[in-house]
Amino acid sequence: MLALAGCAENDSGAKSASSEPTSPAPGRGKGYSHDPFPSTYRTYPGAPTLVTNVTIFDGEGGRIDNGAVLFRDGKIVEVGQALIADAGVTVIDGRGKYLTPGVIDIHSHLGDYPSPGVEALSDGNEMTSPVTPEVWAEHSVWPQDPGFARALTNGGVTTLQILPGSANLFGGRSVTVKNVYARTMQGMKFPGAPYGLKMACGENPKRVYGSKGRAPATRMGNIAVDRQTWAKAVEYKRRWDKYEDKGGEPPSRDIAMDTLRGVLEGEILVQNHCYRADEMAVVMDMAKEFGYRVTAFHHAVEAYKIADLLKGNNTCAAVWADWYGFKMEAYDAVNENLAILEKEGACAMIHSDDQNGIQRLNQEVAKARASGVKAGFDISEAQAWRWLAINPAKALGIADKTGSLKPGKMADVVLWNGNPFSVYTRPQMVWVDGALLYDANNPKLRPVSDFELGQPGEGDVK
Amino acid sequence: MNKLLLSASAMLAFAAPAAAQTVAITNARLVIGDGSGPAEGGTVVIRDGRVVAAGTGVVAPAGARVVDAGGRWVTPGIFAGFTRMGIVEVDAVSGTNDSSAGSSPFNAALDVAPAVNPKSSPLAINRLEGVTRAVVAPDNSNGSIFAGQGAIIDLGVDMDPVTRPRAFQFMEYGEAGARAAGGSRPAAYAMLKNVLFEVRDYIRSPASFADRGKDALLTRADAEALVPVVQGRVPLLVHAERGSDILTLLMLKKEVPGLRLVLVGAAEGWTVAREIAAAGVPVIASALADLPESFEQLAATQSNIGRMKAAGVLVGIGTINQDEARQARWEKQYAGNLVALSKMPGASGLSWGEAFATITSRPAEALGMGGEFGSLRAGRHGDVVIWDGDPLEIGSSAVNVFIDGVEQPMTSRQTRLRDRYWDPREGTLPKAYQH
Repeated sequence: MLALAGCAENDSGAKSASSEPTSPAPGRGKGYSHDPFPSTYRTYPGAPTLVTNVTIFDGEGGRIDNGAVLFRDGKIVEVGQALIADAGVTVIDGRGKYLTPGVIDIHSHLGDYPSPGVEALSDGNEMTSPVTPEVWAEHSVWPQDPGFARALTNGGVTTLQILPGSANLFGGRSVTVKNVYARTMQGMKFPGAPYGLKMACGENPKRVYGSKGRAPATRMGNIAVDRQTWAKAVEYKRRWDKYEDKGGEPPSRDIAMDTLRGVLEGEILVQNHCYRADEMAVVMDMAKEFGYRVTAFHHAVEAYKIADLLKGNNTCAAVWADWYGFKMEAYDAVNENLAILEKEGACAMIHSDDQNGIQRLNQEVAKARASGVKAGFDISEAQAWRWLAINPAKALGIADKTGSLKPGKMADVVLWNGNPFSVYTRPQMVWVDGALLYDANNPKLRPVSDFELGQPGEGDVK
Repeated sequence: MNKLLLSASAMLAFAAPAAAQTVAITNARLVIGDGSGPAEGGTVVIRDGRVVAAGTGVVAPAGARVVDAGGRWVTPGIFAGFTRMGIVEVDAVSGTNDSSAGSSPFNAALDVAPAVNPKSSPLAINRLEGVTRAVVAPDNSNGSIFAGQGAIIDLGVDMDPVTRPRAFQFMEYGEAGARAAGGSRPAAYAMLKNVLFEVRDYIRSPASFADRGKDALLTRADAEALVPVVQGRVPLLVHAERGSDILTLLMLKKEVPGLRLVLVGAAEGWTVAREIAAAGVPVIASALADLPESFEQLAATQSNIGRMKAAGVLVGIGTINQDEARQARWEKQYAGNLVALSKMPGASGLSWGEAFATITSRPAEALGMGGEFGSLRAGRHGDVVIWDGDPLEIGSSAVNVFIDGVEQPMTSRQTRLRDRYWDPREGTLPKAYQH
């Protein structure tokens, strides 16, 4: 493990004894592989399908009553009202039902804190240094987590970002996956999704490392270690940019710094665990200092206090509907957090951070919307649906591929047995890339992970 | 936002709640809480803090304060079946967390009643969402399966929160009990058997318990606290999840006649539902646990409560290890989800009336207190909520909340923060001056 908390030297400036031969310039971004664990996800076959007579939330704020959606070969083909089915198209009558894009959860630990929650499988926090950008959540993901099945069948979740935990200032890379069981993590990996970098501010890093008698032990320590690290990253990037542009002797590789260089390059998105308004403001200025942007603050319990600053910095907030009070930095939660962000024109979305909450994100959005409406901000159901569709897709850098029912996008689709803003509604069918992977009426289409095979409750309704 | 700014001044009016007057809530879409569905045109009468009548044929008595519900839903307040409300302000701030005492020599003797803080912020937050009364349990610590004596509290705004102190004893079995007892289920069971033996000893001769020294396996105070449990005067709530653990506990009931066992959690209860029903043991279950989060919950399913109910088990909802210090309000959503299951092929849900009963009368009945709480039948505490919609549906709010017949304020720290930041920008003065 490279100790990077302001102590290790990346002394590639020093000449090595066996002076290496100089190389020609590889070209920017080509000095080393940026994708050593590529996605092997393949879409499963699906019948061309037309859902008719259905109420549609398109995920971008649009609503179509008595609508229809046609998808084939894994892609949305057409969204409208009176669509005609060709021969060979499976027609589903959606009367009384609702159709939405698949739910996207931008904050999950399925796979790296799986069920069962035993020590042997707790793989989300590399709590050995506050600075671990070298760890990648995907190397912890256990693709047999039963939680994936629950998120699909009860929550209609088709895409999720799996993050490292929040013990460290730099927790490591996240991975975005399609919610389709596979034998390997790479088999679930969302093709072409950018990496994220999990960062954390506030109580967790200072508590974890302060209790070990090392930095950071305070909030000022948090920011100090962050800035020291970014300063090194800027230097690392400068050396590698120079080598890739001009050739010469390649600098030493540093797996941690590769990640931070990716952030400074804009190819890795910062997903920043942060609760308090004042801290988020500081973090956004730190980002400006080193030339990166926070894509989204996660949890952001006090985002409502600085909705205007978030908007001004083009930074999103991924929040809960009503979690509060479990620690000091969650003490000032309000049920109207999402609504105030939306009202002020900031980018906002729901998130779960929870293997149970991920099964009910539609209900969490319903709660957040209702709180806003009651307080006097009238937001439609179709607009609120953006909070678990196009908004998280944008914050994950995959909005060109999924997150709404637009022709050409992945056919990630949920048919609900009623209005998904109602507590009485559940998914009836879920398609991922046009493949029907859950059907409430078909026990064969109910995923059973390896772990659950042969156990009490195998194949039961969950 | 005039509507929002009203709330601060409205709170002043409630600083000293009037003594409970006679109140008649008329024109109600009335839910009794006994498992039946709503009835139109109902009236509820509360006198001296108790329900005197509720139904469609009830007439408001002369002189009562009449509250016209205007056809709205009127129900008993939510009776939260298992919480740690009022004894924890911020979980991670140990000075505000009175749920357990890892360094105390005592366990079963620990009594939450003196620790309940009526000004604890979760009480106001849950009160304005229609939660009126709660079971408050201590948590155990390493060294004992016994956590101590829990209370029934009300969420009223006055300084007298404890309705019934020492209402039950709480014990951990299964994995948590095994851990606390030294590392195995046999150790937990041995501890339990030994404690029962010692308590019987204590009952025979309290004086002999006086000087047993530091190394005694049971302090005098703990023994004394368990006497009413052994004698069947207060219920013993036991947390167990695994089917086989539940059966073990049911056997115990055979050994200790009169023991009033109540199961808490019971994720695999459905796998032994017939046996639970035959033993007449009630359950305060987690509503939506459906993951094998531990090896004692491999069979977890959201259909658990529906299946137990169908097998004849008395089941209420509780929230053990589920934000139990602060989110009792989620029980409405949980109950609504159980109704949702009744539309799902292969799943076992509940009717609306039964689902509502799981968060009102059933948990009260599970504790043997159905005569006091959890429904609008005559004689019960006057805990009544008027809602602007179906109380189990997301988006419905409590409009008026009565606890012991006293109307409650509808503000909290959260509504105050919301009002302050509805427009996040500072105005002519800093935010700190906006109150």
